[in-house]
Amino acid sequence: MRSNKRIVATIAHRAAILCYVAFALFPLFWVLKISVTPNDLLYSEGVRLWPSRAVFDHFDFVIRHSDFPLFFRNSMIVSLSTAVIVTILSSLGGYAMSRFSFRGKFWIVGLMLLTQMFPLVMLIAPIFKILSPLGLTNSLSGLVLVYVAFNVPFATFLMQSFFDGIPKDLEEAAMIDGATRFMAFRQIILPLTLPGMAATLGFVFTAAWSELLFALMLISGVDASTFPVGLLSFVSKFSVDFGQMMAAGVLALIPACLFFFFIQRYLVQGLTAGAVKG
Amino acid sequence: MASIDIKDVRKAYGSVKILHGVDLTIQDGEFVVLVGPSGCGKSTLLRMIAGLEDISAGEIKIGGKRVNELDPKDRDIAMVFQSYALYPHMTVAGNMSYSLRLRKTAKEKIASAISGAAEKLSLTPLMERRPKALSGGQRQRVAMGRAIVRSPKAFLFDEPLSNLDARLREHMRGEIKKLHQDLGATSIYVTHDQIEAMTLADRIVAMNAGIVQQVGSPLDLYDRPANLFVAGFMGSPAMNMFEGTYRATDGAPRVELGQGVTVALAGPASTADGARVTLGIRPEHVVVGKNEPESIPAQIDLVEPTGFGTILHANAFGSDVKAFSLERGLAARGDTVSVSFPVERIHLFDTTTGSRIG
Ligand SMILES: Nc1ncnc2c1ncn2[C@@H]1O[C@H](COP(=O)(O)OP(=O)(O)O)[C@@H](O)[C@H]1O
Ligand SMILES: [Mg+2]
Repeated sequence: MRSNKRIVATIAHRAAILCYVAFALFPLFWVLKISVTPNDLLYSEGVRLWPSRAVFDHFDFVIRHSDFPLFFRNSMIVSLSTAVIVTILSSLGGYAMSRFSFRGKFWIVGLMLLTQMFPLVMLIAPIFKILSPLGLTNSLSGLVLVYVAFNVPFATFLMQSFFDGIPKDLEEAAMIDGATRFMAFRQIILPLTLPGMAATLGFVFTAAWSELLFALMLISGVDASTFPVGLLSFVSKFSVDFGQMMAAGVLALIPACLFFFFIQRYLVQGLTAGAVKG
Repeated sequence: MASIDIKDVRKAYGSVKILHGVDLTIQDGEFVVLVGPSGCGKSTLLRMIAGLEDISAGEIKIGGKRVNELDPKDRDIAMVFQSYALYPHMTVAGNMSYSLRLRKTAKEKIASAISGAAEKLSLTPLMERRPKALSGGQRQRVAMGRAIVRSPKAFLFDEPLSNLDARLREHMRGEIKKLHQDLGATSIYVTHDQIEAMTLADRIVAMNAGIVQQVGSPLDLYDRPANLFVAGFMGSPAMNMFEGTYRATDGAPRVELGQGVTVALAGPASTADGARVTLGIRPEHVVVGKNEPESIPAQIDLVEPTGFGTILHANAFGSDVKAFSLERGLAARGDTVSVSFPVERIHLFDTTTGSRIG
């Protein structure tokens, strides 16, 4: 009786998860399907799960004859730099937040929370106004600067919760063993925070990778466009080239997938550790 | 190795005062135990010696040299934490060699130092394990090993045995004492356990509420506690304490305990006739007999056999009198007995100030 109930519950649980995953992945599947559907079949075959003839023409075109590789490279530069810079800054900041009490800490935390409260749309005009005279519009470094600024507060809180989970005794023991505080941080605390750093890195990378609003507003030329902006170039005045757009989309998914594939081992540890603590 | 001088050391967190001026000199090679109830400031004092906590006022010298401004790493001391604080990502060998690697010690020297320490602590088969894969007792020994691989000026222990079960704690207590006899290193050991303090210390420093109550050899503290706090803290079962009135008229100093019971004292106390005093006597010194003259009638309320001996709780003059005896079957619940307090075993304290007066 009891075990029957449990089996039913387990099945229901799994089924619910399956439904959710199917629901979440369906759009991705659709992207993939359209990317391999030849143009002449796109509107003629009606709604079906897989085209009768799958081709890679769109991929070929996107890679060899469009600006997509350039967008891709730009996105890679922007996202990687943002992720690395934010992770370094937020590790240092999070450590300070976790371990030290200093004058103005309360106000700094308050300010950091404040930055998270505004809808980004509100900030575009002022940011454009600030960056424009500095020559940072239409440049990848300007974009990196903006992304870093917007991601550091949250990432710092995230990293702080990871550091909070590591006992103070450890670095004190290291300092008594003969390490400076920075050595204790680097040799003892950082290795233990790697999962947290991986989580932060992954989180910031995806955020920057898929960011559209600022990329669209701050960048006008093709040279400095990132891939989300580039995707829009498949929309022309008279038509949308869905096949090529979806092929570009599939290609854009690859780095994000790879990235998560490599860090997922740390990520699960990291997010749960953070969740328990923070 | 080195001596440690602590001069009028104070600690405050903002306006909250934790230590109210501690003075203490620890000789080279001495084993000193700081004992006191939880929250009395023992760890704070130890951490100030280690350099992990700022010194609000006063001065600490290690080996004659002022260390107030030195970082922990420059004080050349080793510390064993209650949590052990082993580095989880390093093996046992890595944990033990960390301090030597930081000092850029030659590889062969490191190897011989850690294998020597591992041998002393029977850690040799565990050297390649991570702390996660060790039992509590093994972790404790690794923490000890990490402290002894280099020869620091002093060892600091902060309740190193508190996380072990009773049996292991007793065993490690012996190991620590042996280790100290081997190495002869200056050691400061913090504990709230008076048995640990009694068994380990050359000298005990009893602390309460941020104030040193008494400093002396273990038997000093046990036999002549300086005040009510030390009298009550040291010893288990705890000392009996009875409030009464001091009488010294007609040349026979005595204490009136109420219900007409009067206890004679060996000599006059340093207080005035009629003063409120507290009479203390250890349970093992209370004599239980059957209706002897000159003794106090009592009724047995409770008998606690410990195997080693028996604790009797007797009701006399409206108070609970504990008596400890190695004899079994001395009395049963409900028995009427008599208790007496041998004069040479009586401690007398001023009830208001708590100080010893006789
Ligand atoms: N960082 C701190 N800020 C404020 N009070 C503290 C701090 N650390 C310790 N205390 C207080 O100092 C007192 C002594 O603590 P501690 O030295 O750890 O006691 P013990 O080791 O004797 O149990 C305690 O009452 C504790 O609450
Ligand atoms: Mg403590």
